[in-house]
Amino acid sequence: MKREIPLLISMAAGIFVLIGFFVPHPAIRNTYDDIQQWVIIVVAFTYVLGMANLMRINTEQIQRRAKDWPYKLALVLSLVGTMIVGFFFSRGSHYLDDRTGFSWIYLTFYSSMSSTMFSLLAFFIASAAFRAFRVRSVEALLLAIAALILMIGRVPIGNAIHPAIPQIADWLMEIPQNAAKRGILMGAALGVIATGFRVILGIERTYGSEGGG
Amino acid sequence: MIAFLANLRRLDRRWIFLMVGLLVVAPLLTGFHIAPVKPGSRAKGFYDAIEKLKPGSTVLLAGDYDPGTIAENYPMHLAAARQLMARNIKIIGVELYPGGPPLADQVLHLAGAEYKKREGYDYVNLGYKSGNEAVMSAMGSAGIPRTYPADRSGTPVGRIPVMKGIENFSQIAMIVSVSARYPGTKEWVQQVVSRYHVPMIAGVTAVSAPEYYPYLQAGQLQGLLGGMAGAAEYEVLVNHPALATRGMDAQSLAHIFIALMILLGNLAALPQRSPGARQS
Repeated sequence: MKREIPLLISMAAGIFVLIGFFVPHPAIRNTYDDIQQWVIIVVAFTYVLGMANLMRINTEQIQRRAKDWPYKLALVLSLVGTMIVGFFFSRGSHYLDDRTGFSWIYLTFYSSMSSTMFSLLAFFIASAAFRAFRVRSVEALLLAIAALILMIGRVPIGNAIHPAIPQIADWLMEIPQNAAKRGILMGAALGVIATGFRVILGIERTYGSEGGG
Repeated sequence: MIAFLANLRRLDRRWIFLMVGLLVVAPLLTGFHIAPVKPGSRAKGFYDAIEKLKPGSTVLLAGDYDPGTIAENYPMHLAAARQLMARNIKIIGVELYPGGPPLADQVLHLAGAEYKKREGYDYVNLGYKSGNEAVMSAMGSAGIPRTYPADRSGTPVGRIPVMKGIENFSQIAMIVSVSARYPGTKEWVQQVVSRYHVPMIAGVTAVSAPEYYPYLQAGQLQGLLGGMAGAAEYEVLVNHPALATRGMDAQSLAHIFIALMILLGNLAALPQRSPGARQS
């Protein structure tokens, strides 16, 4: 029963949502709308579950003084500290309003650190371009030429060097790239449809707790 | 020459990091200007789509990104809010990234103050809602007020003037999606544009932009801004050069440097690939 009941729920929900997509009758549509609201609520609860899991795993590792435990301690303290500030130190305002402690943490720490992580890409791409981008075949040569044209053609200096460079870059993006991307998208869409049917029909079971059938 | 190339192969990557840092920071600090930004057809499509909207209509401005991609998404988000408010178009802001709402607030408050627009009357930020595609779909079927019963600060939508008469996508003139990745532009196209036929334009990160070209070519997107370059082109079109335009000189130098690194890296590897080197 532990395996069959989740499968039956998935099948019923999948079939109902599929029918609801095409049938606008109120009897179907109202239940379809309700299921969507349930999805929103269930997804919200997964955040709580995720946080509880994160706390459990990290506190265990801190207690055992596992490898890199000071980083895990910083994570747990940041999590708990942000929650305390959000719940108890909003000076009578909504916790998301400007000038609350929560907003200060968001702008001072979260925003800066997230932007920093993304900006590091520029350094690693430059280093990887030097160390790893080797032209060893005709295909690699074509890739390198396309990359050079695109990198220069996508910024204003490309147009300043020669107006044809951005035009060639646009052609590369709109014709060969687009053709390849269309093929990938169609293949992926067919794969998603096939997986969807496998889930609805109970063939695909890897999402279950017992990990595959 | 061979000795030089051998030395080049052993180049410490910290020198590369230092050069990238200098090339990015120098134009931003000195205002050093390389070349003017010339708007392309995709940015023009984005701009024209907003210009064609009737003043007084309502637009859904989806800010699906967080501070990780602030350099690329924030300038286009702000420029879009400026153009919409300059055209007296009402804005309903929604976000599907938990870290997105404070950025959307900043954008709406900043543009709102510039164009003397009032929160609640001319624009509203409904905030974050978990559920990804289910939220988009529910906004069309169950309705926007049922999916978002209150705005970001907890005011019921029934008491927000800009939300008066808004039931679902039938009352939305256009979706403006500013997106980092998932959930974002692709999901808005799949869940809303294809089902409810709402016109849509999008501003996305440079790395994800190629993914949206098929949608642009199929007419499911009417305009597309790709990365900081797209944002800079759009800032020129709205006649408000700002963050992205300033960043283009830094990006130009960084791109030239990376192109140079590819060439140098291959040059340095030449002796290793020569027949003599293989035999030895």
